[in-house]
Amino acid sequence: MDPFIISTLASIVSNAAPIVFAGVGETLTEKAGVTNLSLDGTILLTAMAAFAVALNTGSLVAGFAAAALIGAVIAFIIAFASITLEIEQVAVGFVLTIFAADLSSFLGNPYVSRPGPYVGQHPFPLLNEIPILGPILFNHNLVIYASYVVIFLAWWWMAKTQPGLKMRGVGERPESAFARGVNVSSIRYLYTILGGALVGIAGATYSLVVKLGWSHNHTAGNGWIALAIVIFGGWNPWKVAGGAYLFGLLKSLGSVLQRNPAFVNVPTQIFSTAPFALMILFLALTSSGLTDRFLELFSPATRRRLERLIRGRAPAALGKPFRRD
Amino acid sequence: MKPKTQNSKLWYSLLWSLGPIVTALLFTALLLLAVGAPPFRPFVEIFRGALESPQKWADVATAWVPLALVGAGMSLTFAGGLWNIGAEGQIILGAIFAAWVARNVMLPQPLLLALIVMAGLLGGALWGLLTGALRVYAHVHEIFAGLGMNFIAMALIIWLIFNPWKPARGATMSGTEPFPVAAWIPRLGDTRMSPLAVILAVIAVLVAYFLLKGTRFGLELRAMGKNTRAAFMQGVPTNNRMLLAFVLCGALAGLAGALQSTAVYHRLIPRISGGMGYTGMLVVILAGFRPELVPAVALFFAVVGVGSPRLEMNMQLDASLGGVLEGAIVLFVLLFAGLRKQLEGRQTRDAS
Repeated sequence: MDPFIISTLASIVSNAAPIVFAGVGETLTEKAGVTNLSLDGTILLTAMAAFAVALNTGSLVAGFAAAALIGAVIAFIIAFASITLEIEQVAVGFVLTIFAADLSSFLGNPYVSRPGPYVGQHPFPLLNEIPILGPILFNHNLVIYASYVVIFLAWWWMAKTQPGLKMRGVGERPESAFARGVNVSSIRYLYTILGGALVGIAGATYSLVVKLGWSHNHTAGNGWIALAIVIFGGWNPWKVAGGAYLFGLLKSLGSVLQRNPAFVNVPTQIFSTAPFALMILFLALTSSGLTDRFLELFSPATRRRLERLIRGRAPAALGKPFRRD
Repeated sequence: MKPKTQNSKLWYSLLWSLGPIVTALLFTALLLLAVGAPPFRPFVEIFRGALESPQKWADVATAWVPLALVGAGMSLTFAGGLWNIGAEGQIILGAIFAAWVARNVMLPQPLLLALIVMAGLLGGALWGLLTGALRVYAHVHEIFAGLGMNFIAMALIIWLIFNPWKPARGATMSGTEPFPVAAWIPRLGDTRMSPLAVILAVIAVLVAYFLLKGTRFGLELRAMGKNTRAAFMQGVPTNNRMLLAFVLCGALAGLAGALQSTAVYHRLIPRISGGMGYTGMLVVILAGFRPELVPAVALFFAVVGVGSPRLEMNMQLDASLGGVLEGAIVLFVLLFAGLRKQLEGRQTRDAS
């Protein structure tokens, strides 16, 4: 295969990794019945914090740990506000989005455009020798490999394990989970905080792996994309990851077209904004009535298969506070 | 403990209203200590920076206009239970429509300004309508519909500034050529404030308040905000009302964009919205979604917005501290309100 295509595909895979972490984290949170709307702000703040901590301590691990911790703390505030205080989740999440973004600008000011540590390449032994797939998937670094593992683990946990079943029960029918002796609130706290930690890792993956360093609004917009992908990926980790790779594809396409002489008059800002607009519109259209009409063109069996592919049902109790009485 | 006497009742609610503000100030002060800055001087600097001269008061009024307009519009969509996160794009479209008129139409000034105001209303309303249509007809949650429309509006304004409307000396992020002087909304003396813009914003707030509290439409919107399905069962044409709320909110946001470009910058710039769509949402949340409180809250945000840049000059602190303070106040007000409700609810349950 053409080495240019292979290197483009490889860059899509690594550029999508933060969205994979954030999307899978949010999937876990929402499957348990809580929406953490703060992703865009959390990713900004944790990207800044990871870079600042790694730069000051000289330790990449400390950078990732700090980001995971901050993501978990913001998620804890969401959990406390929505589960314990029964405040509307969207309101708290939105305020935290703006708040965390401003915090990242304020605290990150001394770190703008400074060179700093980053995660170096570690080709995966043996697997990187596989023709085509090797250079695309296994010629990156430990963080990117971890993003594959996170997709698989989240799917396996949700679909195949007892605690995963319990978690889905809490998100679908908290009343009956409670009747079976499940502590609904503490499970929701657990997955909100766990999901938040993954969102924090997404932030660190930006500043230490795929979009190195820090600038004002360094990652702005990506958190919203991750949130949209969770919904339209039907709360399924594999499809959420697929959405993240699709978004990576749009971004790479933008930078390839940008270098094409035919588009020399189009401002570069268009190429950086268009993937966001296209992604949201694409996701919006797949969920609309138009798609239903399109699907009717197919035979019933194909239609069912396609529907299963692009449609997902929200956890029934998503966003609803649970009361014992 | 539920307070018994009149006096302790007063103290009790005073404590609950001051609690979140004091907590937010303390949080921000701790943050300042953490970065090695004096913990309280920045607050003084912000307020001094915003209020030190009549010039600055005029700047505060100028900053108040778009916040009050967006806030008034969003109190309508929020009343219907809708999260119109697309105000940012609606501001941009209003500015684009107004800029088109300013660049292309030759009329006596009063007529031209009237046309600019109407173009702004129309541009924002159109973008609001598209967002509402995505929600109503394509069943896309309005948060994502609005975000998508924001991204498109951003791409559109950048394309306009860098291609068809680029200045003769070459396109930059500083925007188009200034509009012809006839299209500048007049200012008061040598300040940056336009009395016309302030009057329009005041009217917008009054209209939003009247629509919500004094009309059948407002009643229906509020019923939808409580429970859309129940409102539909009662005979409210919910789709129509949702679209109307989006159109009205979009129109007011679009007017804000038109005024930003023709009264403040006198040209179209890529960052014409200045994040006002998102700040406006904080304003409405802090106002408890009540239009009558929007002007006061918007005034506070305007003061912080005008005073913050002084932090960069006098204290070498990033101006985003103002945003941090605003965010902290809104966050703690929400948390304290939730806490109070829980505590008082528990007391009533224990008492019964």
